[in-house]
This record gives sequence, C-alpha cells and structure tokens, in this order.
Amino acid sequence: MMHDADVIIVGAGPAGMAAAATAARAGAQVLLLDEQPRAGGQIFRNVGVNGDARTYLGKDYVAGKPLVDALDHPNITAEYGATVWRIEAGPRVIWSREGESRMSCAPHILLAGGAQERPVPFPGWTLPGVMPAGATQILMKTAGLLPRDAVLAGSGPLLYLIAAQMIDAGAPPRALVETQTIASMLRAAPQLPRALLAARMLIKGLGFIRKIRAAGVARYTGASGFRAAMTEDGGIAFSFLAKGKAHQLNTPILLTHQGVVPATHMSRAAGIVHSWTDVQRAFQPAVDTWGRTDVPGIHVAGDGAGIGGAEAAQAAGRLAALDILHLQGLLSEDARNQKSAPDRAMLRRALAIRPFLDTAYAPLAEFLSPPDAAIACRCEEVTAGDIRQSIQEGANGLRQVKTATRAGMGPCQGRMCDLTVRGILSSCGAKPATPRARSPIKPIRLGELAALATQQETSA
Amino acid sequence: MKIASRFLTRPDAAAVHVTLDGVRIAAQPGDTVAAAMLAHSGDPARHSATGAARTAFCMMGVCFDCLVEVDGRPNVQGCMIAVREGMVLRRQRGLRPLIGGGHDA
Repeated sequence: MMHDADVIIVGAGPAGMAAAATAARAGAQVLLLDEQPRAGGQIFRNVGVNGDARTYLGKDYVAGKPLVDALDHPNITAEYGATVWRIEAGPRVIWSREGESRMSCAPHILLAGGAQERPVPFPGWTLPGVMPAGATQILMKTAGLLPRDAVLAGSGPLLYLIAAQMIDAGAPPRALVETQTIASMLRAAPQLPRALLAARMLIKGLGFIRKIRAAGVARYTGASGFRAAMTEDGGIAFSFLAKGKAHQLNTPILLTHQGVVPATHMSRAAGIVHSWTDVQRAFQPAVDTWGRTDVPGIHVAGDGAGIGGAEAAQAAGRLAALDILHLQGLLSEDARNQKSAPDRAMLRRALAIRPFLDTAYAPLAEFLSPPDAAIACRCEEVTAGDIRQSIQEGANGLRQVKTATRAGMGPCQGRMCDLTVRGILSSCGAKPATPRARSPIKPIRLGELAALATQQETSA
Repeated sequence: MKIASRFLTRPDAAAVHVTLDGVRIAAQPGDTVAAAMLAHSGDPARHSATGAARTAFCMMGVCFDCLVEVDGRPNVQGCMIAVREGMVLRRQRGLRPLIGGGHDA
C-alpha cells in the first residue's frame, strides 16, 4: 500500500502539535489533520493569529504560540478544515473537506482529538442564552466576543480562568455560582500534598480566585437545583439553591461548566478498547505509557486518552511520537527511553494535581442523572424522563435506550447525551457498557460517499 | 421578538456583509457564521422539530445545534464555517431538511 506519510496525526492541539514537531525533527514525514481552520486545538485556538491582540486571554494562552510555530517544518504537511470520519485498520484515515472526501494511509496513526465539555443538562439548558462556558471562551479567542452581564455557573478550574479572562477584558460576570461543596473540598484535601508537585498551577488557580474576589463578583457556593426559563425580554431567569436557600438571577447569558471529558468518538469507532473511569466519570481508551492502544498502528495521546490538561497533553504527544519513531526504526529502544525522561517528568508533574481537581470539582449527581424534565438528547429532544420510562419498560443498556427513545440518533451521534444516558442507566442500577461509535463519525453527504467509492475503484 | 445580542458590541473593524433571512447584517472577517449570528442578535438561530428555539451552543463542532442553511445548502454547522462576503444564510425551522430553500419564516 502506498503511504502518504510515516504518521498521520489527527488533531492539532497541544498533543498533536507537540507530537508532529518531535516526529518531524527526527526525520519522519507527518500528515497533520485538524477539523478547525488553523492549529492550536481549543486551548490555543487562534493563538497563531491573535498575536498581541486580546491580551486578556493571558500568558498561558500565548505560551501555545511556539507549538504552532514549530509546525512550520518541511516534514509536516498540515491540512486544516479536515474532518476525519473514518479510521480503519491498515491504518487508513478518511477525511472530508469542503464536501470532498479523501483517504490517507500511513503505518502509524496518532489520535489527538482532545476533549469536549461535559454536558450540563438541567431543565432549560437548551434555551437560547444558555451556553457552555468553554464555548464563550472560544468566542473570545476567535471573534473577540465578550458575554454581557453573564452568570457563570458550575465548577472547575476552567470556570475560574474564564471568569478572570472576562474581568481582564472589562466584561466581568455579574455572578459566579459554584456547585462544589465543602464536603467535596474535604474529600479532596488528602490529595493536596500530591498536588503540591504542581504548585505553579495551584498558585495560578488561587490567583484567579483572588482576582474574582477583588472584582467584587457575587459568589454563591454549594449550588444545586439548576433551572433556566426564558424571561419576557428574551433573557434567562436562572434559579438554583445555594446552602438551602432559593435564588434567582436574571441574565442575558448563562454559562455553565462541569469540567471536560475525552472526546472518544474517533477512538471508539477505530475499535480501540475503552473503559469507564470512576475518578473522571468518563469513558477513555485503554493506552499504555506510550499511548499505544490494542489496535496495531494506532496511538492515542492527550486529553482524548484521559483528562490531564495542556501540559500533560504535550508531554504525552511527544512520548507517543518517540514510540512511533522507535516502531518506524528511526530510534532505538534505548534512545527512545532516554529521550523520554524529560517528558515523563513533565507528565508526572502535570498529572499530580488531577486527583485533587477531579475530586474537588466532581460533577454534581444532578447533571450525571438529571431530573425528568431536563432534555438529555438535544438533537432528538429526548428528556431524562423519557429515558427513565424506557428503562422501566425494559431497556437495560445504551443500545436499547437508543432504540426505544432515539436518544443519540441525531446528527451529534450521542456526543451530547452518551454520558447522560449512561448516568441515568447507572442510577437505575444498570451497568452500561461503552457506547458504540460507528463511521461515518461525522455526518457526510451520500454524494460524497459515492464519489469516494468511484475514486477508489479507479485507483484500484 | 427582537433580542439584543447577548454579547458586548465589538470595536469597529472592517466588515463582511451577509444576509440572514433576507436581512443584510455585518460580521467581522474571521467570524464563523455562528459567531456572526450571536454577535448580531440574541434571537433563536433555529427552531427544532418541536418548534423549540435554539442557538449555537458548543462552538467547536460537537453539538450540531448551530445548523443553518448556507447559500442554499441546509444543515451546515455554523460554528465550523467562516463568513464570506455576500453569503446567504437562512435559519432552519422544524426537522432537519434534506434540501435547502423554502424555509423562510
């Protein structure tokens, strides 16, 4: 089979960019594919073009620039706006751009698809004016759009970072509604000594909280019972309980966040074994310390293999690249192991804070298994109540719930509801298996598929 | 209902003009269609099969809530496509259609 590269890397975020540079410098030909118009991933989105503009995004954002610059290497071919919709043994990647699909082959594939925000379902979360906090951050990075009088609600380090960025941009949120409780903080306390290895990140987080306090942003903690309704002027009436008291805040835009989870459609559709992790409450692919999976020729690195953040992702990306170089015969086993030392150390440091974060900012049970009135599947408008009813009527797994309710059958293919359906099933006593993902993992037109088949026949 | 944008007005910049349901609106170069629509107004960007109002949600190609008709082609992810001068956008109503056009309010 003709190879288009030594390695195809899917995803140009921190893991994919770091891996591409490492592989290219060692002499490997790299094909880098990303669905977005330019490199950076979500965390460093548009960092290559923002330059000195939008300084409110902070130092850690600008730190992504060298990763983007390093892609300017003769051994790297980068294709943007490239939506991968099939990965197959061979290995082979089929991707689509502007309505045309093509196939690329290489002995190795590195999946670096990153994370998506964990869905935060509650009654009213589909209304215009309710968005994930991370989505607003993308709007800040790509369009300079700043939310007006926003309420930030949920928990997690990203929520504090976004609040701090909004303050620095001159668009402070009107309130911060936090779901973590004193109990969750106490549960996380034993993890703190280990987290000190990542002292820089802890200090950064405390700095954000100080900034939020100094800006006089109203704060509510121990919040639950989220509900959103539309006001007469098209705004959002956000009601919740905090410390046993009912509150209502009116805002043009409610931004929610409960952490991020691996985006696993690609790795699941590639046939890689996945498992459920109770600590991060998500599905993740099984990988070894080099990112190798059980499918020959396919590695996974970065947040797509388990949430660790941007620094961990870079280290993991480089480690996977070193392993691929070794498998390609470009690096001996000893050289691979020696070169991996700094990244192993970086990975250890970066991951040290995770057990603390995962425990302190764990998602609330009401978002894992939301109340009956909440829509679980946004595409097909299936409520949590519909799903519970299907379970009462005998559905005992993700596939049966899907057949009974259509949850997961819309264009997002379950990306927004897999975790919720799983949460509801498990709260009903079921032990749901990893949901299946099948190609095409992004919708494509039949005509595009037909054109690809013709192309294949002519080239065969 | 006409709802003001849920975002602050941006400093003036070179403008790209597109039409949304026949109305000419200004966007900024580099905006995605979804961003341009959010900057323009807080109105619904789509109505679902049950008639529920939706706007762009995840902004990263995951959720498909930003589906919009672009130059006659329905079900385009508005958050994944950049605005171009003269682009013709239509809000979708009801079940996702197989072909474009004929969805004017």
